[in-house]
Amino acid sequence: MSTISQKELDEFRAEAAAWVKENAPANPVFMLPLTFMEVGTDAQFNFLREWQNKVYEAGYLGAAWPKEYGGHGLDQAFQDIASQELAKAQTPIMLNAIGLNWAGPLILDIGTEEQKKRYIKGILSAEDIWCQGFSEPDHGSDLGNAQTKAVREGDEYVINGSKIWTTQGNYAKYMILLARTNPDAPNKYAGLSFFLSPMTVPGIETVPIRKLTGEYGFTQTFFTDARIPADCLMGKEGEGWLVAMRTLEYERGARRGQAGGHVMVASDPEAILDLARKATRGGKPAMEDPVVRDKLVQLMIEARSLQLCSSRSRIQPLTQERPASLALSSKLMSTEFYRRLNEFALSLQGPKAAYYVGEEDAYDEGIWQRAYLNSFSATIGGGTSQIQHNIIGEHVLGLPKG
Amino acid sequence: MKRSTIGFSEEQAQLLDIAAAFCREKSPVEKVRKLLEDEQGYDPAVWKEMAELGWLGIAVPEEFGGIGLSLAEVVPVAEQMGRHLMAGPFVPTTLAAQAILAGGTEAQKKALLPEICAGAPASLALMEEHGDWDLTHVEAEARREGDVLKLSGKKTFVLDLPSAEYLILSLNLGGKPVLAVLGKEDIGKLKARRETVIDETRRSYQIVLDGVSVPVSALLDEGKAVQALRHIELTASLLLSAEMCGGAASTIDYTLDYLTTRKQFGKLIGSYQSLKHTVVDAHIAYEQARSHLYNAASNFNQQGEGEAATRMAKSVASEAFSFASDRAIQFHGGFGFTYECDAQLYRRRALWCEYQHGDAVYHRRLLADALLG
Repeated sequence: MSTISQKELDEFRAEAAAWVKENAPANPVFMLPLTFMEVGTDAQFNFLREWQNKVYEAGYLGAAWPKEYGGHGLDQAFQDIASQELAKAQTPIMLNAIGLNWAGPLILDIGTEEQKKRYIKGILSAEDIWCQGFSEPDHGSDLGNAQTKAVREGDEYVINGSKIWTTQGNYAKYMILLARTNPDAPNKYAGLSFFLSPMTVPGIETVPIRKLTGEYGFTQTFFTDARIPADCLMGKEGEGWLVAMRTLEYERGARRGQAGGHVMVASDPEAILDLARKATRGGKPAMEDPVVRDKLVQLMIEARSLQLCSSRSRIQPLTQERPASLALSSKLMSTEFYRRLNEFALSLQGPKAAYYVGEEDAYDEGIWQRAYLNSFSATIGGGTSQIQHNIIGEHVLGLPKG
Repeated sequence: MKRSTIGFSEEQAQLLDIAAAFCREKSPVEKVRKLLEDEQGYDPAVWKEMAELGWLGIAVPEEFGGIGLSLAEVVPVAEQMGRHLMAGPFVPTTLAAQAILAGGTEAQKKALLPEICAGAPASLALMEEHGDWDLTHVEAEARREGDVLKLSGKKTFVLDLPSAEYLILSLNLGGKPVLAVLGKEDIGKLKARRETVIDETRRSYQIVLDGVSVPVSALLDEGKAVQALRHIELTASLLLSAEMCGGAASTIDYTLDYLTTRKQFGKLIGSYQSLKHTVVDAHIAYEQARSHLYNAASNFNQQGEGEAATRMAKSVASEAFSFASDRAIQFHGGFGFTYECDAQLYRRRALWCEYQHGDAVYHRRLLADALLG
């Protein structure tokens, strides 16, 4: 596998592109979610599950995962090409994001042989949906302080507590779960353990959370004396924080091994230019307003900043003073950027900014309005922007904790 | 807009290392402050060393006495000079060499560039009282009379004039902008006065051209003047962006020093989120500016892309340095309001750099025309 010819790659790309063209589904009558966190109806769920399975069966998902566990055993270069072609054609998202991007690579990297055999294929085929149980109602940003308890009793752990913001929790068969096995550990981190927990045992209940958009996509998950097998433990007891941090590295893209495909339709900052051309101000296209033009250029420069910071992060001499800086700043930079971009898109619409999805006269079917409201999931989830400021201030700039 | 990637050469890495060490050693802040009082404003011994290191010819081809690299390799040097508020005619001399390269005749390149590369300081007289950043808007006149050009008008913001061995001058000749180069003797004929400027590390002069005649042979290639002026404007913007990124890095370090040592109400002030979060914003703005800077450096010679990248770099760096230095004064509290606090050095430097060769809004307006149609 070490010597792949350009010809092979080119052929693979051509095949993938042809397959995508042939098989990409037509838009259904309902609106498809733009991210895996926005799967709110059974119709959306079933549509996306079928699509993921189709992509997997065709060999364009998990191409670089080992064959013996259900992958296709090819070099990563092939999966990268397939992912590019799927994204380029703006195909629907891969549904099972947490399995494909976080749990899967984690299991392949540090899981047991038994775990790999049990879980990997179902992740790829979308047969087994995965969710994540990290955040808790009382411990959103302070993940290390998670209080959900896991008490060992014989061959089982008994789980009690509650997790929140569980993406696709109502559909999930498994959860990656962070729970406290030792309340008396010398520090809060050392008391945590990490589990690959079933969601189907008695004592686990999911309650859908209605988002600010009026839609669904997350649940709160309640554990009441839920008994899970002891071999669900990932790593050793007390190592949960380290495993969780490793999982977050997959989430942030700092560590590779993801199955491939896209789990969010990247909003194209240039789509806002089309909006500025059709929206009007004083009878003229908003695009002709000098203030609008200046703001649009600022946004385009900032979109470019995100790309360029990612490009510069790979040039060691240009990052050596504060090596963690760009990696730790990228979430804050990009999530706040997209929030402001969507907010500005509303301002371009004048009075029509007040329309919403479902109103036939709304610009672009109201997607900007919904995207703006949904953009808070990224500025809040995974550590709020305010927490990101603290992390950067303390870990990059060396400022004292408050 | 096309996706862009930053290239970074081995030579850039080496120059970054060398310049960082050199500027740190040669331009400690005590020396910067001492030079504020000095009429010449820079240390000629340091200038000589920079010439010996070959820095004046980094982007000049070897056939003209340079090192034969590109402006991408000048950027780390200018950045590190900015970081240490280092004074001296490095940037004007580099720009003058670029003017000759882009607009001079072969004979002028052969005659002048080797001397400049060897350490002859040079400067440029491009700005005028009308304050237009468009360098092709030239009102100072040249009238051709036989073998001489009779000059009239006024030029502003001419840097380090007294040490300049060569001066590049923009003139309006029969309604078109042209460039001329004056030697030491002709420079001596100009009526000059030092301007009082906000950045006290700079030495800036105004010159009056009335009554001065220079030989026609002083003209650079007339056919290349507009293109050369465009090249000067973009090169100046690139190098100012570099100075500003260096300045912003230094400003943030200086502020962090204070936030991690100064206590109020029994706590280090850097533990308060109103200060912590704001300095993080300044740091992120700097990181973005530096990414744009090195993107502009590596794509500078790409048609179209180079210009857009440079204008983005200048606008982003201007805002980043301004924000960081404005907050630096504020976060130093009462001390920040004193002359003794270095925050004022950075804030004044940021204002100078932003308002030379186009502020953020100016560059964004040009970008809007290019990118939005």
